[in-house]
Amino acid sequence: MKLIALIAVSLTGAILIYGTADMPDWGDPGSAASLHVSPRYIEKSVEETSVPNIVTSVLADYRGYDTLGETTVIFTAGIACILLIRRFKR
Amino acid sequence: MTSRFDDVIIQTVCRILIPFIQIFGLYVIAHGHSSPGGGFQGGVILGASFILLCLSYDIKEMKRRLSRKRAILFSALGVIIYAGIGLLCLLFDGNYLDYGRLHRILPVDPVGARSMGILGIEIGVGITVMAVMVTIFIDLASEEGKRN
Repeated sequence: MKLIALIAVSLTGAILIYGTADMPDWGDPGSAASLHVSPRYIEKSVEETSVPNIVTSVLADYRGYDTLGETTVIFTAGIACILLIRRFKR
Repeated sequence: MTSRFDDVIIQTVCRILIPFIQIFGLYVIAHGHSSPGGGFQGGVILGASFILLCLSYDIKEMKRRLSRKRAILFSALGVIIYAGIGLLCLLFDGNYLDYGRLHRILPVDPVGARSMGILGIEIGVGITVMAVMVTIFIDLASEEGKRN
């Protein structure tokens, strides 16, 4: 059983490493993210959101749904800590 | 942690310092628009001010300001503020979290409404982060089972 697990893990790892070969180089100006998404944020963020800090406008506006998830993760972590650590009266 | 450890110097310094730390935390939340900062960072500063209160006085003093039950309520309230602003945008024929639609109830143009919506959700994030930090600290610091 352990052997099967080892083979499965190695195979998955090998596929993942093979998959990274297709990724663009770090900071490649020709990659899709650098060609479309980043220039759009840099050029339009003040015009569209009137927020001078691009990081804030991306975090809270363009990727607002992501940040909602982050906040929920923190909330869930707090609830999990309560459930694990707190001693409830029996 | 539960017995009162009276040290005049530490208590006086913390009593003077804590309001300024909290003001700075609120500033970091509100000024996230134009400087580094935002809900997460400001919430951590606010939570740290409560932890400093507990360290310099004792946990009873901290619970008097922000009780355990209220901390949990606040952590849920922050998420509700965030999700509620998103739903409000849905009510005004927009997409979820499309703050531009809020200009119908705010005295600003759609672009300004986006800025206002960002401020609103930063406040929600700040409340959640502060309350979760305080909750975890109370649970770690309390004596087991005695102070529920």
